[in-house]
Amino acid sequence: MRLSYPPNIKIIQVPCTGKVDVIYLLKAFQNGADGVYVAGCMEGDCHYLTGNLRARKRVEYTKKILDEIGIGGERVEMFNMSAAQGTRFVEIAKEMTERIKALGPNPIKKSKSSLKNSDVEGQP
Amino acid sequence: MIIGEGKPIKEVLSMIEPYSKIILAGCRGCVTVCSVGGEKEVGILASAITMAREKEGKPIEIKEVTLERQCDPEYLEQIRGIVDEYEAILSIACGAGVQFMAEKYRKTPVYPGINTKFIGVTEEQGVWSERCQSCGDCKLHLTGGICPITRCAKSLLNGPCGGSSRGKCEVNPEIDCGWQLIYDTLKEQGRLDKLEVIIPINDWTTSRDGGPRKIIREDLKL
Repeated sequence: MRLSYPPNIKIIQVPCTGKVDVIYLLKAFQNGADGVYVAGCMEGDCHYLTGNLRARKRVEYTKKILDEIGIGGERVEMFNMSAAQGTRFVEIAKEMTERIKALGPNPIKKSKSSLKNSDVEGQP
Repeated sequence: MIIGEGKPIKEVLSMIEPYSKIILAGCRGCVTVCSVGGEKEVGILASAITMAREKEGKPIEIKEVTLERQCDPEYLEQIRGIVDEYEAILSIACGAGVQFMAEKYRKTPVYPGINTKFIGVTEEQGVWSERCQSCGDCKLHLTGGICPITRCAKSLLNGPCGGSSRGKCEVNPEIDCGWQLIYDTLKEQGRLDKLEVIIPINDWTTSRDGGPRKIIREDLKL
C-alpha cells in the first residue's frame, strides 16, 4: 500500500498489546515522549483472547495517573484496528499527531529545558 | 491477607514535597499480592513522582527498593547501609510495615504511600473484600464459617436485625446481610439448630478495646 504517516511516530513492537504495561507507558513519558498510543487488534479478534481489552484498561489507568500528575491523560490513547487496515493506521497516526501538537510538548521537557536555560543564565 | 489501596498521588507528593532524595520501599508480602505495594507498584509510583517533580522543576532522586517483608526486622535491616544517604522513606507496605520501618529508622522520616484497608480475600482478580476484623476470639465454628463480627455491619452475634431486607444489609444494598449468609449456609448444611444457641455478649477486650495486642510464644523465642 506504501501509505505514509507522520514521521514523528516511533513504533515499538510488542507481541500483543496485552504485553503493554502501565510502567511502559509511564516510562515513555518519563523519557520525554509527547504522546503515546497503543494500537491493538479489533476487540474480539485478539489471538490471546483478551490482550487488547487488558491493554485498554491499562491505558485508562495510565490516563488517571497522568491527569493526577498534571501531564494530561489525553496524551495517551488506545486504538483498535486490524492488520489489514493500513489506511486506518495512517488516519489514527495523523489524528494522534494533531492531538499532541495541539497539546504541545511533554511538560516535563519544558521544565527540564527551562532548568537548563536557568543554569546557563546563572553562569558568570 | 492485608489489603491496601494507593493514596492519591497528590497526597503522596505533598508529603514528600520538602525532599529531593528519598527511598521508595515496597513489600513483597500482602501488598504485592493485592497489587498496591510490590515491586511493580514501586516502579509505577516512582515514575509518577519523578515526572510530577520534574514538571515542577524540582527534580527528586528516588531509590527503589522492595523488601521481602517490612513487618520482619531482618528484612528491614537490609537497607540500613543506605538509609542515611536519603532524606526520607516513602513506604508502600501496610500500616504495620510503615510503622516498623519508622521504628527501626528513627532518625529518618517515614511516610505512608498507601492506605491500609482491611484483612480480606481476593474474590477475583482485581476485587478484594473484607473477611476478618481480628477480634481475637474466633466464632466461625458457630456461624457456618461466616464471621458475624465482620460481615454484619453491627457485628451482631445473634442476628439478623430488622434492617436485613431480601438478603441485603440496610447500610448498603450492595452488601450481603451477614446473618442471612449464616442462615443460608447452616440451612444448606442441615445445622439450623446452631441458630438456637444464644452466643453470649462479646468480650471485646480480646479485640482493640484491650489496647494494642501482643503475643509472646516462649517456645519460639531464641
